Amino acid sequence: MKLRIWGTRGSLPTPGRATNRYGGNTSCVEVRGADRGHVVVLDAGSGIRALGRALPAKLHRVDVLLTHLHMDHIIGLGFFEALFRPGLEVHIWGPSSTTMPLRDRLARYLSPPLFPVSLRELPCDLELHDVPLGHFALPGMHVLAALVTHPGPTVGYRLDDGRGTLAYLSDHEPALGSRLFPEAPEWTSGFDLAAGVDVLIHDAQYTDAEYPDHVGWGHSSITQAIEFAQATGVGTLVAFHHDPSHDDATLDAIYDDLTSRVLGFELVAAREGARIEVTSRLPA
Amino acid sequence: MAELLPRGQAVGVTDSSPAVGHQHEVEVILFKQVASYLATPIFVVDPDGSLAYYNEPAERLLGCRYDETGAMPMSEWSTIFVPRDEQGAPLPTEALPLALALERHEPAHGDMWITGLDGAYRHISVTAFPLVGQGDRDLGAVAIFWESGA
Repeated sequence: MKLRIWGTRGSLPTPGRATNRYGGNTSCVEVRGADRGHVVVLDAGSGIRALGRALPAKLHRVDVLLTHLHMDHIIGLGFFEALFRPGLEVHIWGPSSTTMPLRDRLARYLSPPLFPVSLRELPCDLELHDVPLGHFALPGMHVLAALVTHPGPTVGYRLDDGRGTLAYLSDHEPALGSRLFPEAPEWTSGFDLAAGVDVLIHDAQYTDAEYPDHVGWGHSSITQAIEFAQATGVGTLVAFHHDPSHDDATLDAIYDDLTSRVLGFELVAAREGARIEVTSRLPA
Repeated sequence: MAELLPRGQAVGVTDSSPAVGHQHEVEVILFKQVASYLATPIFVVDPDGSLAYYNEPAERLLGCRYDETGAMPMSEWSTIFVPRDEQGAPLPTEALPLALALERHEPAHGDMWITGLDGAYRHISVTAFPLVGQGDRDLGAVAIFWESGA
């Protein structure tokens, strides 16, 4: 799998010079497997607009995997160029609620008065799927989806293309309520999704000093993300969903220190535009 | 690697499974976290009735720490505490509120006498209800205990 990060920011787009290097666009990651005509997109934050403009002309299918429907994860959807390509097969996967399917939940945003175009008016060949909690197949990839700790129905994803494994838990607070985080694997939210993956993209919104004022908001501190990565035995942790108040200088100060420590895995702070190759750490 | 799937097969669930453990569903994890903060005795079982967790107040009623008992099947926990009715007759497993909540998928209530693993004989009331997750997933059941006259 090859990844390209198009949006790293949590909660709110934060454009400007001060966030130029780590990026100001909200969550969006492009995933490419062996099939050149197929693109998987993780979340539809504001970063998806630039991704859409960079899509190749020859494309037969796009799968957008939404973790949840908070605004920062869907705000770019209506500006995703793939949705306006006549006949292009586009699948959008995301969690239903206990009372509403994904289509009805998404239509609350993609309809007037919040958006001028409604879902049924899109020219692409669109299918919406209530994401199954369990395994399902995409072209060239197996996907595992499971609910994770975050306010409202929210899933994390594990993708496996046979050459490498990726876990994507963009918004995740596994330490919520835990007295001794990380707890035993069976009592740790997201553990099965992330266990042993080659690359884990994980929520790391707050500093340790900020987290106590945000308990229950659904996000992790950077330290908690590191502890989660250590507990699950990942190869690389991509710290993601940067807080809007953390400009480049702040993130440099945080991660210059952390990335020099011996953690047992590689730690990378997500940067907009970064490309990551996901390859298995296991011998072939 | 999977073959390219034609349209219509996209939602097919595969039998691929990662080499991971048996993590509880997130709703059960969150319920355990809540229970660990409550003074109400709470007992949580998996869909097959196996004991998943009980909190500290329940430990006091049952006379043993969860860390000491650990997970156990229904056949074990339903007899280890020797539940009896008011005449002192043993209560069969299927008559226990938790078993009824699991089987009928509806709340159940009952009074009983139990013998804790500390040897104490206690009169308790039990209210059990099924845990139903997103997509109507059966996640097990929860029992709340009260010690009568306590």
